[in-house]
Amino acid sequence: MSGYNFAYLDEQTKRMIRRAILKAVAIPGHQVPFGGREMPLPYGWGTGGIQVTAAILGPSDVLKVIDQGADDTTNAVSIRRFFARTAGIETTTHTADASVIQTRHRIPETPLRADQIIVYQVPLPEPLAKLEQSRAETRQMHALAEYGLMHVKLYEDIARYGHISISYDYPVMVNGRYLMSPSPIPAFDTPKMHRMAALQLFGAGREKRIYAIPPHTDVKPLDFDDHPFRLTRAPQACGLCGARDSYLDEVVMDDRGGRLFVCSDTDYCAGRQSMRQDEDAAA
Amino acid sequence: MSEHLLSATGLHLSFGAIWALDGVDATLWPGEILAVVGESGSGKTTLLHVLSGRSAPDAGLVAYRDTEGVAHNVHAMPAPQLRALHRSDWGFVHQNPRDALRMEVSAGGNVGERLMAQGARHYGVIRESAIDWLRQVEISPSRIDDMPHTFSGGMLQRLQIARTLATHPRLVFMDEPTGGLDVSVQARLLDLIRTLVARLGIAVVLVTHDIAVARLLADRILVMRHGRVVEGGLTDQVLDDPQHPYTQLLVSSVLQA
Repeated sequence: MSGYNFAYLDEQTKRMIRRAILKAVAIPGHQVPFGGREMPLPYGWGTGGIQVTAAILGPSDVLKVIDQGADDTTNAVSIRRFFARTAGIETTTHTADASVIQTRHRIPETPLRADQIIVYQVPLPEPLAKLEQSRAETRQMHALAEYGLMHVKLYEDIARYGHISISYDYPVMVNGRYLMSPSPIPAFDTPKMHRMAALQLFGAGREKRIYAIPPHTDVKPLDFDDHPFRLTRAPQACGLCGARDSYLDEVVMDDRGGRLFVCSDTDYCAGRQSMRQDEDAAA
Repeated sequence: MSEHLLSATGLHLSFGAIWALDGVDATLWPGEILAVVGESGSGKTTLLHVLSGRSAPDAGLVAYRDTEGVAHNVHAMPAPQLRALHRSDWGFVHQNPRDALRMEVSAGGNVGERLMAQGARHYGVIRESAIDWLRQVEISPSRIDDMPHTFSGGMLQRLQIARTLATHPRLVFMDEPTGGLDVSVQARLLDLIRTLVARLGIAVVLVTHDIAVARLLADRILVMRHGRVVEGGLTDQVLDDPQHPYTQLLVSSVLQA
């Protein structure tokens, strides 16, 4: 597309973002400030993720964008089209075919490989923000690794509900050092971050922070010895593909209480459905 | 013979033209309660902040001897070490409990916070300890999950004390712990502080304008005026036989009341 630099951002901005990414990779889980640019979409729609993606895309990359696991929602479709037009790169909906995956609030069910990069859109990068309003203070807490306060929050949860009730954006310790917000992915996805083969990059546009988890890095959810982190998942099987191991969305079907549980990862679900059809055809 | 837990020599600190501290020396022995008395503006609270490393003096030295007997210059300590000290070996009781407590966190969470900050990661153990501490400060364990804003002023102050003592500090700084409480609640709180401190063998630096509080709690007393220590010694000695005219005035003004 003429009139635009490759992948929309100018090269100076990309260099600045790449420097922030390099620093973020060098200090896993540490939030690196960067000069966030105005992007042609509103804050909260993935301006952070889109800038990180723009900075790392090359002409040979294949991009996949998901929003809550789905390839076909407005956010995913428009960001995918944005890069298809401004960078002229190939896009895909298949997790296995992508070299860069930008995501909002999910990690694909298909395990990621070492030659892939996953970019998370992050609304609130500071995991301590709700507990400590002062940014100067939270920075100091990170610097000194004083994370007792986060456990106070978990304590309050158990005291009130009998279990840790955080179901998304579950706070994690990265590489045994930094407390990190994994972005609002479901707690179900948090274990996938642990020693993932792919590079994980996080971009927060409004808050102007970038952070990263290098491949094969320890990512541990916070918990208590007697209240360990537990996976939560709806007990149903996917109504379309029958998967019992994937994260499910609950869809209201009618006004008489009809509900359908389906995989939130549309690519995973479609893959399983076509596999099933092949098996049926063979039989 | 044991050695000083905390010793300060030649502390000077000025705010503009005013000397808040003008050559103050102070020592504290393990397990001892030292009261700093004086009128408003005499530099007592400033002294407390300098002793606890919260503010730095213009000149002078504060040395703290840790559990291994090694002396540390409090103001030359790196920030992480000082903060760790404040979390573990030291405690600070504020005049207003709302300054220290987390008002949006339950009583149990408040007591448990210091334990968790020290690395306690077993919910059951933290909970047990919180219940135990609430009992020790005479708050019903049934209120463990209640929010502090539902507590009375006296209960809040007791909750603050439970929270501070939960990690068994060796040294606690108290800034007017009975300020703003009515007399009967004050008496109960003083009794509680005295019992707990004696049982746990905690050393206390207590700042108060109230001679009666000092008489009840303190082993030794420092009388401050205009940033200087005008008189110091055993509590009974100083209060029963004050030498300095200012101390005499202070003591007589209380006895007449």
